[in-house]
Amino acid sequence: MVKKKIRGVFSRCYLGLILIILYLPILMLIIASVNASPRNKAIWQGFSLQGYVDLFENETIRQALITTLLLAAGAGLIATVLGTMVCIGMMGMRKRTRAAIMGVTNIPLLNADIVTGIALMLLFSRFVELSFWTMLVAHVTLIIPYVTLSVQPKAAQLNMSAYEAAIDLGATFPYAVWKVVLPELMPGILTGFLLAFTMSLDDFSVTYFTKAPGIHTMSTMINAEYRRGIQTEIYALSTLVFLIVLLALFLMNRRSRTAQREGE
Amino acid sequence: MRKLGARILAGPYMIWMLVFTIIPLLLILYNAFTNTGGQFTLGNVAAIADPVNAGPLWLSLKMSVAVTGICLILAFPLALILRQISSDKNSFIVMIFILPMWMNFMLRTLAWRLILLNNGFLNQALNIMDMDPIYLMNTKTAVILGTAYDYFPFMVLPIYNALVKIDRDVIQAAQDLGAGDWVILGRIILPLSIPGIVSGITMVLVPSMSEFVIASMLGGGKVYMIGNVIEQAFNSGYADTHLGCGLSLSLMGLIIISMIAYYFFDRGGEGSALW
Amino acid sequence: MVEGEKQRRREAIGVKRRFLALMMTTVMVSANLLTACGGPSREGDGRERIVVFNYGDYIDVDLIAQFEEETGIQVAYEEFLTPEAMYTKYKNGTVDYDLICCSDYMLDKMIQEEEVVPVDFGKMEYADNIGDTYWELSRSFDPDNQYSIPYYWGTVGILYNTEMVASAPDSWTDLWDPQYKNQIIMQDSVRDSFIPALVQLGYSINTTDREELRQAQKLLLDQKKLVQSYLVDEARDDMANEQAAMAVIYSGEASLGMEYNEDLDFVVPKEGSDIWMDSWVIPKGGKNYQGALKFLDFLCREDVAMQNFEYVYYSTPNEAVLDQIEEEEKEEEPAIFPPEDVIRRCEIFRYLGEDMEEFYNHMWKELKAYQN
Repeated sequence: MVKKKIRGVFSRCYLGLILIILYLPILMLIIASVNASPRNKAIWQGFSLQGYVDLFENETIRQALITTLLLAAGAGLIATVLGTMVCIGMMGMRKRTRAAIMGVTNIPLLNADIVTGIALMLLFSRFVELSFWTMLVAHVTLIIPYVTLSVQPKAAQLNMSAYEAAIDLGATFPYAVWKVVLPELMPGILTGFLLAFTMSLDDFSVTYFTKAPGIHTMSTMINAEYRRGIQTEIYALSTLVFLIVLLALFLMNRRSRTAQREGE
Repeated sequence: MRKLGARILAGPYMIWMLVFTIIPLLLILYNAFTNTGGQFTLGNVAAIADPVNAGPLWLSLKMSVAVTGICLILAFPLALILRQISSDKNSFIVMIFILPMWMNFMLRTLAWRLILLNNGFLNQALNIMDMDPIYLMNTKTAVILGTAYDYFPFMVLPIYNALVKIDRDVIQAAQDLGAGDWVILGRIILPLSIPGIVSGITMVLVPSMSEFVIASMLGGGKVYMIGNVIEQAFNSGYADTHLGCGLSLSLMGLIIISMIAYYFFDRGGEGSALW
Repeated sequence: MVEGEKQRRREAIGVKRRFLALMMTTVMVSANLLTACGGPSREGDGRERIVVFNYGDYIDVDLIAQFEEETGIQVAYEEFLTPEAMYTKYKNGTVDYDLICCSDYMLDKMIQEEEVVPVDFGKMEYADNIGDTYWELSRSFDPDNQYSIPYYWGTVGILYNTEMVASAPDSWTDLWDPQYKNQIIMQDSVRDSFIPALVQLGYSINTTDREELRQAQKLLLDQKKLVQSYLVDEARDDMANEQAAMAVIYSGEASLGMEYNEDLDFVVPKEGSDIWMDSWVIPKGGKNYQGALKFLDFLCREDVAMQNFEYVYYSTPNEAVLDQIEEEEKEEEPAIFPPEDVIRRCEIFRYLGEDMEEFYNHMWKELKAYQN
């Protein structure tokens, strides 16, 4: 039993160490957001909340934030719909066709982001002018595999007999899909959407190559800002984003615990 | 033919993939094998052997292997511990370790600048402890650290997912038969987690090999990787779409070859369970 | 503001409804975006628009808003890092720019390639504010002063931290002093990076002699082990933040850096240097020529030029602005108001033709890929 205890202590230390490494940079961003020093955020020059005040007046950041969220939500939604549809569609296909579709699905995943971005840029530059919509298309293309790969395993496990029974009982095809198939796939769909959303939020390379003039996402804006010296607003924003995500996580946790308790 | 109705649902997706994945790749292929005049050439693809391109490629390979190695070494024990403590509660503790992923990628890299700058956090801390400063900013080490930090969650998640799938009864049975911890780790856990490790490696190796932003933000223009070469081929004075496409193609080829190599470890069927 | 509200609200809602809330937000903000940017597509709601392409942080953005308000023309403002990056992006044709601001040798190239259209000065009210000296300087790349309007000009020199150097540098060779190992920032741009090496060897910065260039490259390769980083715009802040002792930098950037950190000082080395001119041109693919002219005229207007000068703080060619600045202030700021003798030892970049450009690029790539 002593051995087990030692292992427990070791585990805890290890977790602590990794946590420190993971959160130290974020702590740095938070400290920078309240550092009164105008430029060199590495040197502490007193406490100030000016960055937060400025943040809410900064039109560039507001626009970039809106664009980023729009892109992530829009692209996530489109990718989720298309990805779910194909997974339902694939259920009625031969193994070989299915393998081919999954093969193509893997391409953007295995391709370096920079290559995906360049490939799309080549396509767009030939046929259309860059705009918000081309950025949206690019994001959908980038994130669609994550949806398909999340939903597909659930679709493969799907019990076909419930669906067939529904059809036999006279349900139309859309009705059966809506009532029987989709609920079964829901966990996969939600994971897929969340992943797709995250990937879109986080993307730089693809946006960089397919960006329309005058439109920035958070990533490209920070990249541009960084060259002229990052403003405190950006640090303030990152702190807010972090706190929101953290809060959402705690809420989710509490909810699922309550749900568990109610279930018992 | 009630299954037939469903097939049509795959249509939009297939069209999307054709137009926005396959055709763009064909464009790369076309550009890679032609010159500005539209004639066939192998020069762009062969350019990868030119020292000005091969050097950065080799550097990228070395650095991405280092990044992947660091991530793997840190992530595997973490995933093991997480598996131990999370299973009976919920995934909250796992989420805590994935959380930095939701911070913007640029911000995460920026944060490392604050730590590594000559008068940044690290050197201030060293100064307090009366130690000599270390200048990591604008070095390969800085780029490796930053990249490893960025992609760490992508290593943890797949390994963790593979580990939680291992049946506890199997381990119980091994213990009952007198197997020690190390035997269980080496003979049961490790082999069963291979699919997760393989996806983790893929998820980290591929993007870190083609990385170019982290290299320019933490490498100060001194760390010149293949991603930078390709990016510059499209965005700078020596811009040459055809050359850029040729180099992209070489990079793709390299990635595909390494994937095929990994595939041999991953023949266990439903292996590529990324999530 | 609204965004904070929305996010707070979003947290309050339960997890399951989060997605619903997200969709709602999407619809709400999309309406916002469409009206705010005049629509992502050009046709949008039929509002007039110009696409402006400029160096990073090279205009007071408040002026863009002011222009939009005054004229009703929307400005899609886009930035680039180096002239080479600009040219590539322009040539890519993915965006039709209406106005481009760039440096002498790149404009030389674009004018020679007939990529730009003449500026209709007859339609401009305030072009006369630009001083004769600068029109004259422009002739080196725009011989008939037909295509370009000077925006800012300056020199290239060394910005140094007086606390971190043993003695004030006055020569390019100081950048090769081993005692400053890892304390030197060099320019990360093809032509600019060669200035310190070419000038110290006594060669012209417009040399087309490949042997001379090879010698310069050799010097730069040897220097790489001393260099802390190769930067463009970031150099100023790194110097202000005391990350390095010396940096090769544009005079305008140097003056800003000196404002941020009083230990900094700027010198144009005694061997000579580059004098540069950034001007506006109207590329031929532009869709709104009249709008572009209005923007140019706006920039030349006295009050606008003054406000812009105070923000950008580079040497301005606008006499209306210069007249308002006291002589003493000019003497205190030799970085943006360089004395005659400095200007006399400087040379302006010329476009050297495609072959030389390619050769330069190759030399530069070798330098970038070089590992020591």
